[in-house]
Amino acid sequence: MKIKKTLGKISTTILWSLLTIITLLPIYWMVLVSTRTPVELFGKPDLSPTFLEKVHWKNFTKPFIDGIYSDYLMNSIIVATSNAALVTIMALMATYALSRFKLPGSESIFFWTMTNRMAPPAAFLLPLFLLFSTVFKFGDATLFDTKIGLILLYCVFNLPFAIWLLKGIIDGIPRELDEAMIVDGANLFTIFRKLIIPLAAPGIAVTSLLSFLFAWNEYLLASTLTSVYARTIPTGLSEFVTTTGTNWGTMAAVALVSMLPALLFLFLVQRHIVAGLTFGAVKG
Amino acid sequence: MLSKNKTGWLLLSPTIIILVLVGLVPFFYVLYVGFFKWNPLAVDPSMQFEGFGFNYRRLIFDQVFLESIWRSIKFAFVTLFFELTLGFLLALSLLSSFPLKSFFRGVHTLPLVIAPIVVGSIFKLFTVQGLGPLPHILKDYFGYTLNYGLNADQAFWMIVIMDIWHWTPFVTLTLLAGLSALPQDPYESAKIDGANNFQIFFYITIPMMIPVLIVVIFIRLMDSLKIVDEIWMLTGGGPGYATRFTGIHIWKEVFEKRFYGLGSAMSILYLYITIVICWILYSVMASRGKDED
Repeated sequence: MKIKKTLGKISTTILWSLLTIITLLPIYWMVLVSTRTPVELFGKPDLSPTFLEKVHWKNFTKPFIDGIYSDYLMNSIIVATSNAALVTIMALMATYALSRFKLPGSESIFFWTMTNRMAPPAAFLLPLFLLFSTVFKFGDATLFDTKIGLILLYCVFNLPFAIWLLKGIIDGIPRELDEAMIVDGANLFTIFRKLIIPLAAPGIAVTSLLSFLFAWNEYLLASTLTSVYARTIPTGLSEFVTTTGTNWGTMAAVALVSMLPALLFLFLVQRHIVAGLTFGAVKG
Repeated sequence: MLSKNKTGWLLLSPTIIILVLVGLVPFFYVLYVGFFKWNPLAVDPSMQFEGFGFNYRRLIFDQVFLESIWRSIKFAFVTLFFELTLGFLLALSLLSSFPLKSFFRGVHTLPLVIAPIVVGSIFKLFTVQGLGPLPHILKDYFGYTLNYGLNADQAFWMIVIMDIWHWTPFVTLTLLAGLSALPQDPYESAKIDGANNFQIFFYITIPMMIPVLIVVIFIRLMDSLKIVDEIWMLTGGGPGYATRFTGIHIWKEVFEKRFYGLGSAMSILYLYITIVICWILYSVMASRGKDED
């Protein structure tokens, strides 16, 4: 019996080692490509690691210092950060309303928010493009190719899951605490500042990190609704596809840089990612 | 002091306004444009009303569009099958303890946070002819030529493999979360009654996991039906029409050929089909779940 258990353990470990290699090998190759000159990449692929002194830094400096990609990076940072902030604030307000007030029809509103996240974005490309470029007009300014346009747009995809995540947490804060504060004469703002935000802090952190991540990673809408000034890093990455004679090293470098926040967040949100991706339907 | 309900609506209003403006208005707008013949690049670039359903009637005979829908559906179910099987096995294996488990689990989570477009780039670099190690390894050790730039079947299956790489971790982690939350009593009673592992799995684990399975299947189907980014990066929809999934087809019709009216009709049909598939699946699974309770 004991031998059988040990064998089981060994085979599981081997299985998972293989999986880990399969997961990491393509990423490892991308890192390698980003460190090499076009000449080194020619011919038989060489999987041995590149030493630090041999790294071809031009792959990074060419797009990010000489090229336009520093602007793309800045746009991505601004869009993702503002979107995360906006979504978190709006979701907190909405969730508090859904959780504390018995509003007629609030169940349907709750359900409706989710359908927005489920719809395929490709079906909304054309109307959003037309609305952004011609219909939503403020004088001469349109939403097309602006960061504000993207920030508002990503709310549609981030708000639903943010509300679902926060609802579980705010429902868990006892109502008696709010009521006691109201009796003491506190207004809504004070309740948020002194009670809801401190108690829901971990949930708020997860919500804003995941919103940031989704906004950072989004490609399709960003590529359709921007042209010059508001392009984000994923759209920049796709520009490598069409150019003839792709510079693989530069492409790998850009891909690597746009992956960095994801890697950073992995350590922070790993335990909550399941809840985030399933709208809190399954707790991680 | 505002009345209680008014405060509630006030707090909800920013969310509702945004979702109406950027979620609901586009939906009605695309429904509206779908009734027109409209191509800004044509001789007559204005919108011409064509009667209800004209564009939709045209789509019924649009071979390329219908094939793209069939392709998307096939893709969604093929990847669902592999991801669910693999993910369930992996989730079960994570219930036992073995060395380096948390490290393995951490690495397994990695693909989930990577942007789809970056996943496409990673796979392009890894598998493209003349650069990636994969075609070389396959050629040298197995004598198999991988060139999905030319071979339609290879292109489709390459995207299936990429999707499995990207999303199996989601299935694994979600099912693991579900499995760890299951009550232990039924297992103990089953063991006392002398049930074997197979019976335990099929008669206890699966029925108890149905709510979690519904969530996973739902989310995975929705997400694979709307896949665009990875494919755009890896194959660009080619070779030929081999990897032209519905999302990519709509993009090409609308932004390359500028068929605004027809593209709108496509968008609506696409939306409709997505909803119908999920609704059918949901009712089937929900009723089966009830039978077994």
